Amino acid sequence: MNLNLTLVGQAIAFAFFVWFCMKFIWPPVMQALQERQKKIADGLDAASRAARDLEVAEQEASETLRKCKEEAAAILEQAQKQANQKLEQAREDARLEGERMIAKAKAEIEQEVTRAKEDLRGQVSRLAVLGAERILESSIDEKQHASIVDKLAKEL
Amino acid sequence: MAGTNPTPTEYIQHHLQNLTFGLHPDHGWSIAHSAQEASEMGFWAIHLDTMGWSIGLGLIFLWVFKKAANAATTGVPGALQNFVELMVEFVDNSVKDTFHGKSKLIAPLALTIFCWVFLMNLMDLVPVDFLPMLAAKIASLFGADPAHVYFKVVPTTDVNATIGMSLSVFALIIIYTIRAKGFSGFIGELTLHPFNSPNKLVQALFIPVNFLLETVTLLAKPISLALRLFGNLYAGELIFILIAMIGLWQLPLHFTWAVFHILVITLQAFIFMMLTIVYLSMAVEKH
Repeated sequence: MNLNLTLVGQAIAFAFFVWFCMKFIWPPVMQALQERQKKIADGLDAASRAARDLEVAEQEASETLRKCKEEAAAILEQAQKQANQKLEQAREDARLEGERMIAKAKAEIEQEVTRAKEDLRGQVSRLAVLGAERILESSIDEKQHASIVDKLAKEL
Repeated sequence: MAGTNPTPTEYIQHHLQNLTFGLHPDHGWSIAHSAQEASEMGFWAIHLDTMGWSIGLGLIFLWVFKKAANAATTGVPGALQNFVELMVEFVDNSVKDTFHGKSKLIAPLALTIFCWVFLMNLMDLVPVDFLPMLAAKIASLFGADPAHVYFKVVPTTDVNATIGMSLSVFALIIIYTIRAKGFSGFIGELTLHPFNSPNKLVQALFIPVNFLLETVTLLAKPISLALRLFGNLYAGELIFILIAMIGLWQLPLHFTWAVFHILVITLQAFIFMMLTIVYLSMAVEKH
């Protein structure tokens, strides 16, 4: 249990070890630890930021979707209305066209009837004259009696 | 057991004797062949085994940690880096909990103490005869008498090793005190506590009493630091030696004591580290 030079040697060795540890071991390890800590903190930060961003984006997307749906519904409604209008218009047009055609046909018929009546009247008057000629057995001057025959024909 | 069946006393004494190299009054610079010669060398002697093992273990500590420090990445750490970071963080937290000043030295100091003392203590778990017998075999190859080859493996069972460390810590305590409070503050701390009085005359009477008390307190720090570690490990080593003498039954006993000793080894390393931190923080803090 002698106290001797070993004591001094130990103290020197101890001092060297502490110096070496302080100079070459502690700083790099501590730095790595701190840098990793910072990295992890940054990562967590970024993650929470991303989550927040995602939430905002989701909200925006749903908002946009809602707007789009509304717009589509509005467009659809308008289109429906327009279609109805067009249908109504077409129906009205057809009805008018029909009426017009009916009126035209009626007018033509009327005309035809009048002409036929005219014809008939002419033939009847000629027949009457012919008949009268036969009855009278004499030649009546057609020109003289045309007014009488016309008068007669008009009474038919 | 070494040599030609030594008596138990011889066996124990053989185990407790360091391999000493020193200036013998008769033989000059030489390796001591007996405890008698070693003590005759006085102060001018050095324990080769203590120095060798402690420096070797210290270099292992530095090498392992330096390797991890060089390869330290901020990314995913490997196994070694993980272990080193665990140790560093553990020590760093211990220092931060106790020492509230700012010092670049204290944390690496604490780490060195913990790891180095732990490694030196750990040699206690190597069965007591292995390395001494190996040393005796190697020495006998060079013509030495195996019975006189002393070899003590655990540096912390050598009081020189523990006192060497505790005196370094003691020097740091004084340096830190003077740096934090000035030389007058250091003297004041030694003389104006624990008794003080507003009366100048009474105060003057208190000074010698205070000085005596505070000096004892101050000196008790390094002495208790060194002797606590030395005593625990020396006692543990002695029990290992005693167990080694009882033949076959030593196996279960040795195992049990070794398992228990793991606790002592770690605890003593931790206590040495913590007390160093506490003493240094006391040196810096104002009362």
